[in-house]
Amino acid sequence: MAKVLVVTSGKGGVGKTTSTAALGAALAQTGENVVVVDFDVGLRNLDLVMGAERRVVFDLINVVQGDAKLNQALIRDKRIDTLSLLPASQTRDKDALTEAGVERVIGELREKFDWVICDSPAGIERGALLAMRHADVAVVVTNPEVSSVRDSDRIIGMLDSKTLRAEKGERMEKHLLLTRYDTARAARNEMLKTEDILEILSIPLLGIIPESEEVLRASNVGAPVTLNNPNSAPARAYFDAARRLKGEQVEVVVPLERKGIMSRLFGRRVA
Amino acid sequence: MNLLSLFRIKRDTAPVARERLQVLLAHERAVIGKSDLLATLQEEILAVIAKHVTVDRSAVQIKLDRGDKVSMLEIDVEVPSAIAIAKGKGKGGQSARVPA
Repeated sequence: MAKVLVVTSGKGGVGKTTSTAALGAALAQTGENVVVVDFDVGLRNLDLVMGAERRVVFDLINVVQGDAKLNQALIRDKRIDTLSLLPASQTRDKDALTEAGVERVIGELREKFDWVICDSPAGIERGALLAMRHADVAVVVTNPEVSSVRDSDRIIGMLDSKTLRAEKGERMEKHLLLTRYDTARAARNEMLKTEDILEILSIPLLGIIPESEEVLRASNVGAPVTLNNPNSAPARAYFDAARRLKGEQVEVVVPLERKGIMSRLFGRRVA
Repeated sequence: MNLLSLFRIKRDTAPVARERLQVLLAHERAVIGKSDLLATLQEEILAVIAKHVTVDRSAVQIKLDRGDKVSMLEIDVEVPSAIAIAKGKGKGGQSARVPA
């Protein structure tokens, strides 16, 4: 039975697209059949983070409006054959998405894949609402920072009222993915701690992704971080999160960067 | 107190963030959860009153005060005096208080 998952946050720039790519790839790397869908019509970026920007021919809007078949728009990943991408349109805007069209496309994707992962645009408007509309599971991406936590609270409220599941009176499964976490700063009381955020938002924790240089390195070359450097701290955290999504019990730890002797001696270069 | 502890006091900002968020979200959740109910009540009560009396939309005030044991729903309807006199109900506005 396919699962439709929305990666959402309200606030922009917290790591929705990075997390969509990394979780999608992590699930696909364990043999699951995965499609990642970019709902950020007009500001698409998932194609770039996945390294498929030059392979986009048709997009979600073309399929929603019936101008292309789903198979024509799907882009199969060159590194993992169980991973596909359905890109958003760059030239249209979010009004081009119709509710009926999105429902039909999600229905078709459910037939083909085990996981349909929808990368939501920022905000609480039409695009974000359509991305969460058909979801069975929501991953709320949050930074340990006041504005991100506030926006996540708002998005959780919408997940509980505006999704199909909520309207049918069914339970909407929600998980918190804490990104850009700095264990040392949290320990020094300079950053909100995991337990503070969990208490405020009161949804279960899916994972803690440590702040890491590897995330930028991966997006520079167009590879999900779990593919680009599977042993890096953020990749290991995403692999753990993916296992929890599959229902496995995995203890939550914040993976640490394995530093070589040189970087230990000379510390972090600033510029 | 040494120099180091002076720095540490300034850096302890996370508890402030936590407290600000808790206060803010308690307020925002109440407002967002409540607004729909109050807006619906306002519309429906206004519709019922408008069937019998001509009232100004802005002359209807609805407030909900949440208490520990009992909440108070306050409906304040200002009826124009010409109509009130015609119906023999005295002058000025009328208000009703019902425990909700």
